[in-house]
Amino acid sequence: MPINVLVVEDSPTMRQLIIFALKRLRGSRVVEASDGVDGYKKLSQEKFDIIITDINMPVMDGLKLVSLIRKDQTHKEVPIVIITTEGAMEDKQRALALGANAYITKPIQASKVLTTAKELLGIT
Amino acid sequence: MNDKKEPDPTDKTEDILKLFKKGADFTQDLMRQNEKLRYRVVQLREEYKAMTRQSASPDGQAAELRKKIDSLQQEIADFGKRFKEVEKENREFANRYVEIEEENNNLANLYISSFQLHSTLDFKEVLQVIIEIIINLIGAEQFGILLLDEKTNMLQAMATEGIEQELIPPVNIGEGVIGKVAASGESYYVDDPVEHLQTSPLNPIVCIPLKIKDRILGVIVIYKLLEQKKAFANVDYELFTLLAGHAATAIFSSKLYSESERKLSTMQGFINLLTK
Repeated sequence: MPINVLVVEDSPTMRQLIIFALKRLRGSRVVEASDGVDGYKKLSQEKFDIIITDINMPVMDGLKLVSLIRKDQTHKEVPIVIITTEGAMEDKQRALALGANAYITKPIQASKVLTTAKELLGIT
Repeated sequence: MNDKKEPDPTDKTEDILKLFKKGADFTQDLMRQNEKLRYRVVQLREEYKAMTRQSASPDGQAAELRKKIDSLQQEIADFGKRFKEVEKENREFANRYVEIEEENNNLANLYISSFQLHSTLDFKEVLQVIIEIIINLIGAEQFGILLLDEKTNMLQAMATEGIEQELIPPVNIGEGVIGKVAASGESYYVDDPVEHLQTSPLNPIVCIPLKIKDRILGVIVIYKLLEQKKAFANVDYELFTLLAGHAATAIFSSKLYSESERKLSTMQGFINLLTK
């Protein structure tokens, strides 16, 4: 069974970097979404093992998406990683309080994304 | 008449026989005794041997044990030495792993940046890719992209992030920090980007020339880093170098493409007008 990853990010450069990082996660399959609405739509079409999302996005931001996912019984347990430029502690606490499992601040490194995904998926 | 009775030879013979018998019995008795004594001697020898063995054993065992302890101590010393060697090797491997991981991250950032810069020929999209690289991979919060206006020979802000475009005034080549970078083609960095006192848009913390060979197309100016970004890493300088060359090429190509598209469209319209 491949590891299904949903990447919700409006920046194509960031999406490429995240996809590049996850290539080292053997057997992973990445589905891309460019904003929160697109991400939630893709979430309704199939099951994901992990979701990686940006916060600042057009149409629907990442925090709203996290909140919606956590209210949905189907995806309540899916690990969520937030990637954002907001490095302040209150932003991090807010995201974690809404139900995110991990928080990565920009500028990002491919290895950090990979390590966080592995930890949340229980891969050693 | 002789009353003296002659001795009976038979009696003598019997006496002799009795004597012999006694001698034989005595001899046999002696032999039995001898046998018993021999047996006893053998027994005593065995006992002696056993006793000798017993009396010699504690020393022998102690010597044996001492030998074993020495050997084990040597083994422990060898293991200790080997353990230290392996520990050192592990540390070296761990450090090497960190270095390789960092190198891998850097290469990933450079590869993605380069790939994205050349993924489009649309001028606005190229500017957007440059902005994304500066925010996401370098970690800047306030910055601008200034391009050379060939008519006025001044640097004009074409795109900004975190700062109003109008706040960055046009800059003459050779004037101030930004103008000097454009004139010399050499990048400018302040020593401490976090503590640097921001006085005006003409006083950035970083200024990178966008150039193709010796031709300057513009500059990237950075005013402020993201809160969590405390200093530049080695990869940042590599990204700046990459941006100086690749971003310039991407901007130049997209401008040429836009111009040729526009010219083609004009010519097509003209041809259509003539052929109707």
